[in-house]
Amino acid sequence: MNPTRQRRLTIIIAVLAAVIVASALVVYALQQNMNYLFTPSQVQGGEAARYKTFRLGGMVKAGSIQRSNDSLKVTFTVVDASGDMPVEYNGILPDLFRENQSVIATGHMDGARFVATEVLAKHDETYMPKELKDAMAKAHSGKHIDETVNQDKPSP
Amino acid sequence: MANWIPLWLHKLSSPPVFYGFAGKLRPWAIALALILGVAALYGGLVLAPPDYQQGDDYRIIFIHVPCAWMSLFIYGVMGIAAFIALVWRIKLAEVVAMASAPIGASFTFITLVTGSLWGERMWGTWWTWDARLTSELVLLFLYLGVIGLYHSFEDRRQGARTAAFLALIGIVNVPIVHFSVNWWNTLHQGSTIRLLGPSSIAPSMIWPLLTMMAATKCYYVASLFGRTRTDLLALESGKDWVRHIAENEVAR
Repeated sequence: MNPTRQRRLTIIIAVLAAVIVASALVVYALQQNMNYLFTPSQVQGGEAARYKTFRLGGMVKAGSIQRSNDSLKVTFTVVDASGDMPVEYNGILPDLFRENQSVIATGHMDGARFVATEVLAKHDETYMPKELKDAMAKAHSGKHIDETVNQDKPSP
Repeated sequence: MANWIPLWLHKLSSPPVFYGFAGKLRPWAIALALILGVAALYGGLVLAPPDYQQGDDYRIIFIHVPCAWMSLFIYGVMGIAAFIALVWRIKLAEVVAMASAPIGASFTFITLVTGSLWGERMWGTWWTWDARLTSELVLLFLYLGVIGLYHSFEDRRQGARTAAFLALIGIVNVPIVHFSVNWWNTLHQGSTIRLLGPSSIAPSMIWPLLTMMAATKCYYVASLFGRTRTDLLALESGKDWVRHIAENEVAR
């Protein structure tokens, strides 16, 4: 390799290394304070107290969905591994919204309950046909394993 | 000693040799892309069973995911070509890097649009500023930046080298896009297909996905070779080998 190429190679590798280190530091820093959402236990622990509006993420507790008869108002409970929080929402829910589904609600605290202005359903990475799901549910029902709980990400 | 590989690669990097090589390979790549693409679409849209939660709406995965893979893969190719172009000043590497940018930008655009359509139905929103969506949008802007920078120079080789520098630096975004769903809490789900460990998709749904992945790769090769051939002709327009081709065309 001739000296010119050697020099170019050194410069480019040095620039690339600097950029990689810089972005690794940015990613590392953002991991600590860039939160897309808070889980109910994090909110109850006071981590979201700095924010007026924030996103609340967790699973919809089975049997907690209550719809109003004369309006779009709906209340449900969002749970994570160690906390739960009542949520109130007035609007149209996404197709995937159902019991035991991960949801992300944007809104603010009103006393002990969370008033949402937007509710999004988080989809997990599992894709399977309905027949397979039914067969798995049958196999699981004897053991009372709620497999959707395990698919949820651990809280950071 | 297997030194025929570097020798062959060295020969291939000369514009006339690559022009001929790409011309011979291109029809095969187009044919393969078409056959695989049609098979994958039929498998994905007709044969694959509906999803247990999303019904038929999940079928956009057969377009969205292969395009998302290609958006990252092409950036990787462009980054490597840019690196070779900057250090060794090989003309072919410059051309390959610059010809890859519009193809990668198109795949990124398709990824963003299909993801948005799916998100409206499933999540309940067209767009959200989570880490995966934002970094993919940055990827599109990087592609557009490379294209723009390349064309803002009078001298094409000067433009290619400057744009190659941006392409090379932007490569740090590729692992960020890929790992964003693991590093941060995002609305976007994690990876369904894993190289290591089991994938969380049924076998009846995975084969159209992998076939479409092969089809998009073939399409990339076909499109890249086509663009590279015309760019090489334009760059080397005064050279003998181009004159030969031109004279043969006229004689025909």
